[in-house]
Amino acid sequence: MTGPLRRRRLPMRSPDPAIPVSLTVNGERVEREVSPRLLLSDFIRHELRLTGTHVGCEHGVCGCCTVIIDGRAARSCLAFAVQADGAEIRTIEDVAGPDGALHPIQQAFRECHALQCGYCTPGFVMAILDHLTHEPEPDLDDGAIREALSGNLCRCTGYKNIVAAFRRSVELMRGA
Amino acid sequence: MKPALFDYAAPSTVEDALAALAGDEDARPLAGGQSLIPAMNFRLAAPSKLVDLRRIDALRGIAVDDGAIRVGAMTRHRELECDAAADAANPLIAEVLGHVAHIVVRNRGTVGGSIAHADPAAELPCLLVATGGEVVVCGPGGDRTIAAGDLFRFHLTTAIEPGELLRELRIPALPPDTGWAFQEVARRRGDFALAGVCALVTVVGGRCTAARLAACGIAATPVRLAEAEAALIGTALDAASLARAGAAARERVTASDDLHAGTGYRRSLAAALTRRCVAAAAARAGERS
Amino acid sequence: MSTMQFGERILRNADPVLLRGEGSFIDDIDLPGALHAAFVRSSAARARIRSVDTRAAAALDGVAAVYTCDDIGDLDVELPLLIPHPDLTRPKTQRPLARGDVYYVGQCIAMVVAVDRYVAEDAARLVEVVYDPLPVEMDLEKAVSDDAPCVHPDVPNNVAGDFLVETGDPDRAFAEADHVVRIKVRVERSTAAPLECRAMAARWDAVTGEMTIWDSTQATLSVRGGLASLFGIDEDRIRVIAPNVGGGFGQKIMMFHPDEVLVPFASMQFDRPVKFIEDRVENFVGASQERTQIHEIALAARRDGTVLGLKDDFLHDTGAFIPYGIAVAQVGSTSIAGPYRIPSFRVTFRPVYLPLVQVTPYRGCGRPQACYALERALDRLADELGIDRLEIRRRNFIAEDAFPYPREGVIFADGLQVNYDSGAYEKALDRVSREIDFDGFRADQATARAEGRYLGLGLGFYVEGTGLGPYEGGRVKIHPITGKVYVNTGLTNQGQGHETVFAQIAADQTGARVDDVIVVEGDSAAFDWGVATFASRAAVCSGNAIHKAAAKARRIILAAAANMLEAAEEDIELRDGAAWVVGTNRSASLAEIATATNPLRYAFNEAAASATQFAPASRSDGPPLAEGCAPGVEAVDYFSPSHSTWAFGVHAAVIEVDPDLCTIDVKRYVCIHDCGRMINPMIVEGQVMGGLAQGMGGAFYERCAFDAEGVPLNANFVDFLMPYATEVPDVEIVHMETPTPLNPLGVKGVGEAGTIPVAQVVASAVEDALAPFGIAPIHEAPLTPNAIHDLLARARAGAEA
Repeated sequence: MTGPLRRRRLPMRSPDPAIPVSLTVNGERVEREVSPRLLLSDFIRHELRLTGTHVGCEHGVCGCCTVIIDGRAARSCLAFAVQADGAEIRTIEDVAGPDGALHPIQQAFRECHALQCGYCTPGFVMAILDHLTHEPEPDLDDGAIREALSGNLCRCTGYKNIVAAFRRSVELMRGA
Repeated sequence: MKPALFDYAAPSTVEDALAALAGDEDARPLAGGQSLIPAMNFRLAAPSKLVDLRRIDALRGIAVDDGAIRVGAMTRHRELECDAAADAANPLIAEVLGHVAHIVVRNRGTVGGSIAHADPAAELPCLLVATGGEVVVCGPGGDRTIAAGDLFRFHLTTAIEPGELLRELRIPALPPDTGWAFQEVARRRGDFALAGVCALVTVVGGRCTAARLAACGIAATPVRLAEAEAALIGTALDAASLARAGAAARERVTASDDLHAGTGYRRSLAAALTRRCVAAAAARAGERS
Repeated sequence: MSTMQFGERILRNADPVLLRGEGSFIDDIDLPGALHAAFVRSSAARARIRSVDTRAAAALDGVAAVYTCDDIGDLDVELPLLIPHPDLTRPKTQRPLARGDVYYVGQCIAMVVAVDRYVAEDAARLVEVVYDPLPVEMDLEKAVSDDAPCVHPDVPNNVAGDFLVETGDPDRAFAEADHVVRIKVRVERSTAAPLECRAMAARWDAVTGEMTIWDSTQATLSVRGGLASLFGIDEDRIRVIAPNVGGGFGQKIMMFHPDEVLVPFASMQFDRPVKFIEDRVENFVGASQERTQIHEIALAARRDGTVLGLKDDFLHDTGAFIPYGIAVAQVGSTSIAGPYRIPSFRVTFRPVYLPLVQVTPYRGCGRPQACYALERALDRLADELGIDRLEIRRRNFIAEDAFPYPREGVIFADGLQVNYDSGAYEKALDRVSREIDFDGFRADQATARAEGRYLGLGLGFYVEGTGLGPYEGGRVKIHPITGKVYVNTGLTNQGQGHETVFAQIAADQTGARVDDVIVVEGDSAAFDWGVATFASRAAVCSGNAIHKAAAKARRIILAAAANMLEAAEEDIELRDGAAWVVGTNRSASLAEIATATNPLRYAFNEAAASATQFAPASRSDGPPLAEGCAPGVEAVDYFSPSHSTWAFGVHAAVIEVDPDLCTIDVKRYVCIHDCGRMINPMIVEGQVMGGLAQGMGGAFYERCAFDAEGVPLNANFVDFLMPYATEVPDVEIVHMETPTPLNPLGVKGVGEAGTIPVAQVVASAVEDALAPFGIAPIHEAPLTPNAIHDLLARARAGAEA
């Protein structure tokens, strides 16, 4: 066995340059130094350890990494952390109450069995949260709901129960 | 799927941005990033430097005056789509933008980025060609205006030179007595169009007096369907005229077979969408007169 | 007993954590100091590697090591053939890192380990590989010809083996038939595309000599066994954990993908944790796929539509390697007769090597292809004999009173003879016909046609052999401190709701509240024995094992409670987390009982203190723990099915086709399914609907495409068209429940059911819709708009000619 081409001393840090960023995440001020190429999704997950934001494709198709940037839902895999300097970001960790009480959208997902593996779920919740924030009385026709959900992939549920959860979310939020 | 390393600058003026781009052919402006960043994540693109335009306020905003809608290049798709004044001036804009990807992507993608990216299947370049719009480009030598018809050169290629920046889109307001429509066929909702047609049809006294048609997805650039327009003007937009317009559109298909559609299918789509789109526009023209 | 939890729509225990974003998927697990792996993958489908130069990569700042096949010691071997078969005469499996040759685009050639994934990818691109390309044949039918280039030089015609499945006397059936139909169908390659790609992390502890593996696998125990064998470490020194896993659908049952052995290896080398988080492109080029088969199927029938015999000869694309044996083709070939009597059939098939990533089961596992072949042929037979498509099925069903219905000599993937245990096929057909208003539809269709709209009705029936053995186990243990009921089993969970349905089963026996039952799986430390989650087997195998273990625990609880409450066992009832003396308010909680049954009595908490207030749980006069007794409330049991149990169902859809745009609009989709007794109908519906959406993907959207050189054309989510909510129709799901006699709970599997018939339903409906145009029969899936266009164009050209 010749052994690999390996270093005697193992590296601990990336050699990339670091740029300071300062932003607000879930209401808290965050300051870090990051590589310019660090994707916002990786920043949220690995720098901030907010791992509820998932990564499914890293090319903007699946929607797993959806977060809210400055009041609008966005794909965090299609932004660099440096672009979020000065921004206000909200992630799935900020949706339930401080005691863990589920938000109406989360409650609706549970009631309607709108999640299975749960990997895509935070992205859906964030996209629906954004949708209902900007359109609190949405069209509840099946086609309109599917249109609103289009942009997030789910491989487990076949969407039927997510459509139901969208409808139920609106009901629960009206009641809230 | 992590991007290669690059230098990063986020200037707050157009001048600084032009300076940051100058002299580095591999530097790229970064607008909404919805096409560039995926390309970088695949490492299909590896710019030496990204010049982030997000801090440049002068590149934002929507203004409606003098019969045109002026849209700053860094305006997000969703902002333009939801802009009441723009919609009042030309309702085709929102109809087209509703087909661009999904809301979450439109929240971040910019109109300037979409135009400069110049995907031949994209909807916004098709809108610009159909409406006869233009863009304002700024460079080291000052501003210049490029008409939509001269802007799109080839697949992902425009007349914007390296070192220049797209400043603004100008989309004409809807002319009087004119109906509009945009229809496309995509494999999935939000996908790029296999073919899409944009129609503006002016109807006076039951006759078509003017028509502007453009298609996306069928060639190396968005294309104006001049022969189809000619087949409509002067007619009562009867079925036979629509069929002639469709047949003319069919001939403009030059895209070669790809994974999702062969040329034959695209030709059928171009014809059918042209017929349907013109009919839909004509019906709206009737409603407005 | 109080209200049964079995059969109830209990909301899932797993949901709140996942909904709050608190799940722990592998890349969510923080392993301080972890290094990250990336792979150099072949860009050529078939080539000889002239050289691999890793020097520039290894010199890059932040890189810990670059490995090629020369650097991995004893791991430089062909990985195991998991399921050998006597007729699989020319099996091939891959090495962790290519040696000498590469066999598909995406094959691992070198592994980079670096400080983070960004740098690892930088370095991977610096590895220079020089290839001498070899010729390839990508066409499955041409690949078996004598002059086709061989993927493996010692495998002539690229055929891994010749297989025969036969029952009855098919030659006689064909000789005696009034009518024979013969068609050729093709189903394309697809991929499971779980939204969490595969992921792997390993931490070697040099002090204790223990290895902890986090693997997004469906088979923790098998991975443990395999790694113990490959590394020569005791199984007890390896712990394999599959935490939250973002979907599997079969892709994560396959082991070993190269990273599964190389990441632990690197961790041992560096004494640091190492992670490999597969990205989406890697999932497309490096992770198992399934589906391409070409069937030439023939049915021999009487004039009245009775099918006497079937012959099917098919080619099965297995990719460049066949590590999972012939499971996919075997499941398909043995299911070929579907719900029909068809007393005689002969299936011959050949797994064929193509220079593509390996084929192993993806949800459906050969059944969608077999169903498509059979049901397309049956539609054709109906049309040619002028018999209604429903009626011809009715005439061939195995009758409800004809079960068990064995198929002599047909050996299923569990190694046992196919033997349908129960079914009510005609009832299902009647039901779907009623639900979709089969009779009313023809009038609607005529009206629509008069308006220039084209509606079609399609239908597909399937059976699914589920609940394959050999066995699973379960341990039920009541925690003395909290009274929580722990249920451990050897499975893994990718979102199927095991934690809820198994809790329901255990709750019914122990009287615990469902919320108080904690199911532990996906951890080799949780339960030592078992197989894995695949083949729609979890509810059947583990469900019944847990049921049996919980019934044993129940007997322990009852005995202890009777002693403690000084009542007769017959007078004890278990409910609401306690044992009650019937008709009184005297009770002992499960926590108290669990404490009292343990002779060690520290008064840790209230339950422990109060447990001492009761009479002793044991009436033994001897030592505190009587001879032959175990402390606490704990029971283990196993369930091993006598053979597979056969679920079934029928789907029907009304589809409108726009002949101008060649697009489809699914107006209605009805699914009748029967998986025996349902533990939780809500979960069952979720499984059915999820499978159905994947079926819809396979029917109309999804296809892994390759060019003539074997280069993937759509290894991304932009061009591999996984449906969004807008592409999946709403589905009306109707349950039937025909219990199986093969297990105590009467359950059959449901995981794969929804996927199976969808391509047939779509093809059948579109064919019906476009009948006025005289299109040719539809024999290929997926059916794309472009394909519809071509069908119409050919029909029009034919009409003009």
